[in-house]
Amino acid sequence: MTPVVEISGLEVSYQTDAPARRPVLRGLDLVIGAGELVALLGPNGSGKTTLLRAIAGSLRRDAGRVALFGRDLNEWSSVALARRVAVLPQSLVLPDGFRVAELVEMGRAPHATRWFGSSAEDAEAVQRALADAGALDLAERHADELSGGERQRVLVAMALAQGPELLLLDEPTLHLDIAHQASLLATVARLRARRGLTVIAVLHDLNLAAAHALRATVLDSGRVVADGDPESVLRLELIRRVFGVAVDEARTVDGRRFLVPHARPEIGTEPSAAGTRITR
Amino acid sequence: MRADVAERPIVRGPALTRAALVLGGGVVILSAALVVGIGLGSVAIAPDDVLRVLGHRLLGIGATSGVSDATETIVIDLRLPRVLGAMVVGAGLACAGTVFQAVLRNPMADPYIIGTAAGASLGATIGIVLPLLLPALAIGAGSAWLGLGLVQGLAFAGGVGTVLLVIGVARSGGRLPSVTLLLTGYAVSSLLAAGVALLMFASGRALAAIFAWLMGSLAAVGWIDLAIAAPVVLGVFLVVFARWRSLNLLLLGDGAAAHLGLDVGREKLRLTMLATLATSAVVAISGTIGFVGLVVPHLLRLAVGPDHRLLLPASSLLGAALLVVADLGARLAGGIPVGVVTAFVGAPFFLWLLRRSRRVTGMISS
Repeated sequence: MTPVVEISGLEVSYQTDAPARRPVLRGLDLVIGAGELVALLGPNGSGKTTLLRAIAGSLRRDAGRVALFGRDLNEWSSVALARRVAVLPQSLVLPDGFRVAELVEMGRAPHATRWFGSSAEDAEAVQRALADAGALDLAERHADELSGGERQRVLVAMALAQGPELLLLDEPTLHLDIAHQASLLATVARLRARRGLTVIAVLHDLNLAAAHALRATVLDSGRVVADGDPESVLRLELIRRVFGVAVDEARTVDGRRFLVPHARPEIGTEPSAAGTRITR
Repeated sequence: MRADVAERPIVRGPALTRAALVLGGGVVILSAALVVGIGLGSVAIAPDDVLRVLGHRLLGIGATSGVSDATETIVIDLRLPRVLGAMVVGAGLACAGTVFQAVLRNPMADPYIIGTAAGASLGATIGIVLPLLLPALAIGAGSAWLGLGLVQGLAFAGGVGTVLLVIGVARSGGRLPSVTLLLTGYAVSSLLAAGVALLMFASGRALAAIFAWLMGSLAAVGWIDLAIAAPVVLGVFLVVFARWRSLNLLLLGDGAAAHLGLDVGREKLRLTMLATLATSAVVAISGTIGFVGLVVPHLLRLAVGPDHRLLLPASSLLGAALLVVADLGARLAGGIPVGVVTAFVGAPFFLWLLRRSRRVTGMISS
């Protein structure tokens, strides 16, 4: 079966000043198959968001290849891409004055067939997206009346209305309280199971990632440094090396493992094993 | 599912009754403004006489018996082009303002914001001053090409040319970031405004003419001006209206719109040029009339919501009606600049609506 995402030798840099390119991704390789739920982990600046944007085709690559569904990203038109890949950006200001249902309907834009209105298929997709995201009761509300958790559900519904096969989430739990964090990721996990979605999510909370993701991919300095099932990837030694912080692990009464950082973090006090971290 | 949700489908376009009400209301207001605008003036003409003359001369219905030739002349030759001019200019500015506010995602955006006004002003000022500096050209300017004067031609070219320049400077790698576009427009506008000021300083007896142009006026609009500007405005409106979906998507921001399959850079470029075309065409025949292009889209956004399927036609209709009424006020007040009237009447009304409304601009909450 063709993998959903195939990345090889990907290099991306941000051009701060013309000669001084700041490399963010340095020869990254990654293959993600259909139906996976991958948590992208790593310290700030390790390239998680950049990787997500590279997969979404919204930034220029210096080198390397990105293929989606077996086809090189360069061959995709923006509309064709939007029909199969949906992105939940880190921050999105919803315009006021639209009903939630109208906003979610905007997710149907890449499928638009009618010149003026929307087709029965669009209506059905919007209805299903709202239901899947648990936002059906918000349909008639306006964007400026939503709480943070409701807003996030609406954004998920918008992305689902695109009818994607690949869903890219950039810190979807940002601004959410712990209950909403868990419920959002549970929703995503359920959708993966029910609709066969492939999901790649940038996450910061390692425990959340361990609880919901099926695979953890850890980036450091623009490369994949660990990849596999969360339990085996998130070893204390790796976390200490990559994040520069010592953690303890503990078990809940029902046997789930969770990680607790030391009270006194040691950020930057010792160079990482890779020797690339800059002391802050 | 709750019963009321089932009765009203979640996905529905703008409610038909509301759309009919808004657009029908707009047409009624515009028609009333047309009749009143033609009827009132230094010589008052009864509405039924206005309708009789218009019906006979434009549609070939009925007869003009009982209406004097002088009245007919006033209606057809003097007031009708001016009132139609107000409609075209008002519709063009409101339509362009709606587009600019969506493309730039900025509530302060108006049709002039990225340089059309400054460019057109410089063009017009040059058109006014040049014949004075080069008397040989005065003959050429006097015998206008196709009935369109040097001033109109240069104003149009100035508006379009300036925006092309601004876009050229602001564009980088196929992207057209709104903030860069706004700031570039501001800088270029300032530069051109300095040019206008310099020309005004050196213009001597043409100063009054320049000043009058800058304030904006519909007094000089003739049939030829209409024949050029009206098709441009109508054409731009239709093309832009057909792109309502893009306009709605752009409200989400460049990134989100791109993720929904919109070629954001190209679409913004296209919409900016269309709006610039309409703006330059109307500014060329009327000078720079302020306020309509900024406030009318906001008014309608508060009234009918941000969906461009309804907002764009409603704005254009109301912009047309508003400028007819404002121009009538300007005429009745002894020929004061129409821009003064639009601001005097429009600003307090807008402030009232702003305070009354919960959703401030319907655009950006932060």
